[in-house]
Amino acid sequence: MSAPSTTPRTKRQAKAALGPYGRAGSIVNDLDDRLGIAKGGRVFLDKIFPDHWSFMLGEISLYSFVVLLATGVFLSLYYIPSAHEVVYHGSYIPLRGQRVSEAYSSSVGLSFDVRSGLLMRQAHHWAADIFLGSIAVHMARVFFTGAFRKPREFNWIVGVSMLILGIVNGFLGYSLPDDLVSGTGIRIAYSIIESIPLVGSYLAFFVFGGNYPGNGVIIPRFFILHVLIVPLILIGLLAAHLGLLVKQKHTQFKGRGKTEHNVVGSPMFPTFIAKTTGFLFMVTAVIFLLGGFAQINPIWQFGQYEPYQISYAVQPDWYMGWLDGALRIMPSWEWVGWGHTIPLEVFLPAVIFPGLIFNILIVWPFIESRHTKDLAYHNLLDRPRDRPKRTGAGAAMLTLLGMVFFASSTDVMANFFQVPLIWVLWFFRIAVPVTPVIAYFLAYKICNEMRAAEGIGKRKRALVVSRSATGEYSTVESEPRPGDGAEELDAVPVPTYIDLVPPELATGEGVRRVMR
Amino acid sequence: MSDDQHEPTRTKVPMPIAAFDDPHLGDAARNPQRVEAIVGGIFVLAIIFIAGFGAAYWQNWDPWILGGTIGAGLFLLGFGLTAWGKYLMPQGPFVEERHVLASSTEERDLMSAALVERTAVVVKRRKLLGGLFALGAGIFGIVALFPLLRSLGPVPGDTLALTNWRKGTRLVDSNGRPVHLETLVVGGIMTVYPRGMVNTDEGQATDQTVLIRVQRTDFTTVPGRETWAPAGYVAYSKACTHLGCPVGLYETELELLVCPCHQSMFNVRNGAVPQFGPAPRPLPQLPLTFDANGYLVAQAGYDQPVGPGYWTRSNTT
Repeated sequence: MSAPSTTPRTKRQAKAALGPYGRAGSIVNDLDDRLGIAKGGRVFLDKIFPDHWSFMLGEISLYSFVVLLATGVFLSLYYIPSAHEVVYHGSYIPLRGQRVSEAYSSSVGLSFDVRSGLLMRQAHHWAADIFLGSIAVHMARVFFTGAFRKPREFNWIVGVSMLILGIVNGFLGYSLPDDLVSGTGIRIAYSIIESIPLVGSYLAFFVFGGNYPGNGVIIPRFFILHVLIVPLILIGLLAAHLGLLVKQKHTQFKGRGKTEHNVVGSPMFPTFIAKTTGFLFMVTAVIFLLGGFAQINPIWQFGQYEPYQISYAVQPDWYMGWLDGALRIMPSWEWVGWGHTIPLEVFLPAVIFPGLIFNILIVWPFIESRHTKDLAYHNLLDRPRDRPKRTGAGAAMLTLLGMVFFASSTDVMANFFQVPLIWVLWFFRIAVPVTPVIAYFLAYKICNEMRAAEGIGKRKRALVVSRSATGEYSTVESEPRPGDGAEELDAVPVPTYIDLVPPELATGEGVRRVMR
Repeated sequence: MSDDQHEPTRTKVPMPIAAFDDPHLGDAARNPQRVEAIVGGIFVLAIIFIAGFGAAYWQNWDPWILGGTIGAGLFLLGFGLTAWGKYLMPQGPFVEERHVLASSTEERDLMSAALVERTAVVVKRRKLLGGLFALGAGIFGIVALFPLLRSLGPVPGDTLALTNWRKGTRLVDSNGRPVHLETLVVGGIMTVYPRGMVNTDEGQATDQTVLIRVQRTDFTTVPGRETWAPAGYVAYSKACTHLGCPVGLYETELELLVCPCHQSMFNVRNGAVPQFGPAPRPLPQLPLTFDANGYLVAQAGYDQPVGPGYWTRSNTT
């Protein structure tokens, strides 16, 4: 565009000089001159996102991660990562005058003596639980719909890696306050590292700076891992996850006009941006509502960690529950021989078991493609019922993990149901290997039955019962409603101009006129 | 858009209304003005709540008010924006073609050729250089492990097998007071430490020992330990042999020590043999006696490492 030769005198002249798209157009021109953004930018604005509620699960993870970063930065301004002993002088009266670690003192301090500190701490903790929970559910969606198939195997692996790092960082994070519950968790983690054959005790000594509880180095080490190293890797993986999503484009469910070679949905700008930004606010809101109303991890009640103290019914955060459950139901098989000891009762459930689970998850896309001999591109999603074997395998995995998860509360269950603890233990020792097999066959059978059923997945029409003048009753199917498929329109490329018609024209017509 | 030259030709194409496929939403989509009014109202409420958060923060009100105001405000803001996007913005269906991810065969071959040919130049013609460089890089990798790993802590040596209990070490409670015959009532339990180690990490984590007084005065847990429990005072390591949690619960009637972490139960009567749960070994027993002043002391240290198992553990110290 040629620059104006004379200085504009009036606002009107100035506006005209900017060209037909005004200030925004001028900015686009300036940026495009330097960065060449126009072509790619237009494609990006027109990028299509398929609509389905299950595609929001990953967004929950993304947005809770945003909340984690924001609240985490706030907490890091007040938290002191030090095991140094100080006398507590804060406003929590029962603790006054006690000798506690600076980490614990500052955690209680930021909860009670920093404005909105407790809200931020609880929101941070809730966000972590929601982050991992939504990852798990998002992953189940990806698994059951076969979204991990070619070409998306790498993104599946990136996702599993983020899950693992998320669990690790969650553990590191809830260990930082140095309270009685988290300290017990660190003690257990030390013993788990120690259980690794050959190198275990060396590793444990290196990580903790000596024999348990170390020389006070574990808190600062966990801190730097928790706030810098792991989040940095997570952010890198997140960028890769989203970058691959943009490059490979989102999958979609089968439906009218949807093929392996296109994406049908709403455009990035403005529709998707509006909806997803709104969702960001809503996820943040739910986390802060929980942080404000639902108490979580009341460290001032647990007290400072002392290695010789413990409380009853200590349980880790939910995402560690499956490991704790596996430790509980494992028989006491310690291998001793040739002057060496392998604590299999720890090594198998706490190292081998999670290692096996994560490895199965990572290689699953390749296991499946080898089994099905299917190397084609897949951009259309499966319905779970159409893949009975995969759905069965997923059901078995979820049942296995669910069972060991519930096994982490054997003592609480024994108390609650008033049955001997040993019954509860043996129930889980039997249920953990048996129920996944049952789940597999049950899911397999249900899938096959659903596939055989007629009219499944189709919207039912309402039945209208009417009474004639003579008192006779009859039942008729209602007329097809909008959305039953009769008047669905074919998808079109995103137009530049979208003129919304006045309501009087739109009413009843069922269509909008769009200029293109 | 006054400049006619910039006006692309406009053609009318029928577009479905927003939320076209949901009969429950069609009404709202056909009445954009009503939706506008509702979304506007939601935004006004959101503004009130968010401003309320500001006020609550200023007045330093309770956390639930802070969370409630900011939560409600952000939720309404997000809800309004989502509703705006859902009912008042173009929904399509719009379509976009997928690009073929794969390159052409020629392009692939060119890349493979470049990789293979250029590597050949390096590896085949300059084998010595390549080898030396790989050696250097490899040694760097190993050497780099030292500060990354070895600087972090000492090697274990035999420290895992040691405690501070020696022959004649006096048992003291958490306030440093020595233990005598009358310290515990029958059925009583306490945690004891070697004298001088009460407020140390080592004393609290490794040396912690649980002292129980049972009714029988000629108490023998295991044959060969006849003199280890004078006057019914019996002491076991408090570090669970499963994962090192303090074995902090005592069931007086059954004389069972219970670990709250994973419910291992140790029978005090027969040498703390685990009778339930994942713990693989009995808690090591500390042989006790009374010294000349009537205070409890250790006859000797533990006869085996305390706490959980590890590779170099053997059953004697």
